[in-house]
Amino acid sequence: MALSRRLLVQSGLGAATVALTGTVARADEPIRIGFLTVKTGPLAAGGIQMEQGMNLFLKLRGNKLAGRDVQLIVADTAGSPATTRTKAQELVERDKVHVLIGPLAAFEALAIADYVNTQKMPTLGVAAADDTTQRSASPWYARATASAGQCAHAIAHYAATELKYKRMTIIGDDFAYGHEQNAAFLRVFEDNGGKVVQKLWPPLNAPDYGTYVSQIKNNVDAVFMSFAGSNGFRFTKAFFEYGLGGKIPLIGGMTAMDEAILQQTGEDAVGIVSANWYSAAYDNPANKEFVAGMQRDYKIDPGYYAAGPAVAGAVLEAGMKALGGRFDDREALMKAMRTAVITDSVRGPVKFDDRGNAIGNIYIRKVEKKGGKNVNTVIKTYPDVSQFWTYAEAEFLAKPVYSRDYPPAKNLEN
Amino acid sequence: MQFWIVQSLNSLAMGGLLFLLSAGFSLIFGLLRIPNLAHGALFMLGAYFGATLLASHMNFWLAALVSGLGVGLIGVVLEAVLLRRLAGNEQGQVLVTLGVAFIIADLCLLTWGGDPMPLGAPRALRPPVFIGGFAFPGYRLVVLGFALVCALLLWLLLERTRLGAMIRAGVDDREMARSVGIPVSRLFSAVFFLGAFLAGVGGVVGGPILSAYPGLDADMLPLALVVVILGGVGSLPGALVGSFIVGGIYNFGSALFPDFAYVVLFLPMVVVLVIKPTGLFGRVLR
Repeated sequence: MALSRRLLVQSGLGAATVALTGTVARADEPIRIGFLTVKTGPLAAGGIQMEQGMNLFLKLRGNKLAGRDVQLIVADTAGSPATTRTKAQELVERDKVHVLIGPLAAFEALAIADYVNTQKMPTLGVAAADDTTQRSASPWYARATASAGQCAHAIAHYAATELKYKRMTIIGDDFAYGHEQNAAFLRVFEDNGGKVVQKLWPPLNAPDYGTYVSQIKNNVDAVFMSFAGSNGFRFTKAFFEYGLGGKIPLIGGMTAMDEAILQQTGEDAVGIVSANWYSAAYDNPANKEFVAGMQRDYKIDPGYYAAGPAVAGAVLEAGMKALGGRFDDREALMKAMRTAVITDSVRGPVKFDDRGNAIGNIYIRKVEKKGGKNVNTVIKTYPDVSQFWTYAEAEFLAKPVYSRDYPPAKNLEN
Repeated sequence: MQFWIVQSLNSLAMGGLLFLLSAGFSLIFGLLRIPNLAHGALFMLGAYFGATLLASHMNFWLAALVSGLGVGLIGVVLEAVLLRRLAGNEQGQVLVTLGVAFIIADLCLLTWGGDPMPLGAPRALRPPVFIGGFAFPGYRLVVLGFALVCALLLWLLLERTRLGAMIRAGVDDREMARSVGIPVSRLFSAVFFLGAFLAGVGGVVGGPILSAYPGLDADMLPLALVVVILGGVGSLPGALVGSFIVGGIYNFGSALFPDFAYVVLFLPMVVVLVIKPTGLFGRVLR
C-alpha cells in the first residue's frame, strides 16, 4: 500500500514535470511558432510587413517545415517592452510554443532577453542591437539578419575605397540603432583613410529636419545617414528641399533606403547608395519567388522587415531538417539552427558565428528607376561578412560597444 | 552669417507651421478648459486626407480646404457625441480625447498603412529660392506667409465679429457668459469645429514639410502643448508669439546645443511657468 502510494506520487510528479516543461511532443503535433511583432502604434509599419513576410514564407512552404505542420501564433507587442514581455510569457507558457521569432525593436528584444534565457526558449531575433549577439550573447538567441553595425562597416569600406570619399558628415537617429550604425561607419571609414568631419544627431521624433540639413558643411564629399522607419524618407526630402540633393552625394545605412519608403521618396531617391543584407532586387530563385509573392499578396516590394522573418523561417526549417523533422528537444533544435548552413534563403547564403549572429552577404545597393519604379539594384556584394567585419573577435569585444561617442571622432571640424 | 540667416528663416517657417498646429488647440483649450489630446491626431488626419486628395490630382489649396472641412466635421461630432455627455467632468473629457487620439491613430494605420505618404507642394512653389547665394526652400516661406494670413483672419474673427466676442467672453468667464445669454454649448461646437478645421488645414499645408506618417500625431501634440502653455491658454497672440519662440528655440537650440535637443524645448516652458504661470499672454481663467 505504502509502496503503491509512493509510486503514485512519483509518477504524478513525473507527469507534472513533463507538463511544466512541455517538451513531450506527439508525433503528429504541429510546430508552434510564437511570432512577436508590432501591429499597432508608430512602429506598426515595419511590424505589419514582418507578419506579411512570415505568412508568405509559410504559404510558399505549404505551411509545412521539414514535413511537419506549422501553427503560427502572432502576438502584437504594440512596440512596448512591458507588453512584449507579457506576450512572450503568454506564448511560451499558455500557447506552449516551440520557438519564438521576433520581436521587432531592440528595446523589445532586451525586455525578453532574461526570460528567454531562464525559459531556455529558442529565439530567432530580427532586432539589430549589437550587443545581443556580442557582449551579452545568449545561447538561446540567434539573429539571421544583421547587427546594426554590420552593414555600416561594409558601406564605410565602400565609401572610402570605391567611392573615394575623404571627408564626410554622418547623421543618424539619436538612439542606439543610429549610434551603432554611425559608430561602425566612422570606425571603418577612418581605418580606410577617410575622415568624419561632422556628426549630427536629430532626435528620433524630430518634427523637421530643416535645421539639421542646413547645418551640413557644404565642403564635405558626401553624407552618410542612418535612419529608421520613415525618418530616412523625411530626411531625404528635406535634403533636396534645401537644394543639397545633386550637389552632395547621400549614402545610407541598413534601413535608410528600405523598400518600405523607396517609392514614396520618388525621384529624390534615385542614385542613393545604401548597404543591407537584403535587396528586393537580389537575384536568386528563393528571393524571386518571395518578391513575386509579396507583390501578389500585399502589393509591396519586401524590404528589411518582411525579409527578416523569411530568413528566420529558413533557419528554423534547416534546423528541423537536420533533426529529421523533430523539434521537441529545445537544446538540440537551438544547436541545429545555430550550426545550420543555409545556401538558398531570400538573402542568399547565411550561417551563424559562435555568438549567434549571421555571417552572410552584405549588398551595396544603388537606387535606380526601372519600369517606372525605384529599385535597390545590387552593385557590389561583400561575401560572408561577420558582425566583427575584418577585426579579430576578441579584440573587437574587448572594446566598448558602439555608441554616440565611441569610437571617438578625432577629425571633427567646427 | 549664413548660419544665422538660414536658421532664422528656419525658425520663422517652423513658427508658422506651429501656429497652424496650435491656434486651434489654444482656442479649444481656452474655451472648454481642457487640452484636446486628440489635436495631434486631427492634424495627422488632415495630412492623410490631403495626401489622398493630392494623389487624385486635386489642387493643393482646395485639398487643404476640403481636408480642413472634413476634420472640422469630425471635431464637431467628437464634441457633440462624446465630450458634451461628460460636461463638468474635465478629467473624463481629457481621458476621452486621449482615447480618441489612439483610435484615430490606429484607424489611420488601418486605412493608409504604415508607410509614410508624401504630400507634394504646388509645383510652382517647390524650387529653392536663393538669398544672398544660398538656397532656402521656397515653400517654407509660403507656409510662413500662409500662417500670418491665417493669424490675421483669426484675429479679425475674434476681435471684429459677434461670434468672436462671444468666444472671448466664454474664454474669460464661462459662467458669466452663460448668464448673459450666450449659448455656450453651441459656442463649444463652433470652436471645436474651428479648432479641428485649423488642425486639418495645418496638416495639409505642413504636409510637404512633415509628410503623413504613423506617429506624426505624437510628434506634434507635445509641440502644441509647449506653444500654448508658453503663450497662454486661449490667447491668439499668445499662440502666435509662442509658435515663433518655440520655432526659434527648436532651431537654434538643436543647432547650438545639439546634445540638449530634447531639453531645450521644454526648459523655456518650465521657466515661463515658474515666472508667469498663466503663460506670456494668458489671463486667469474662471
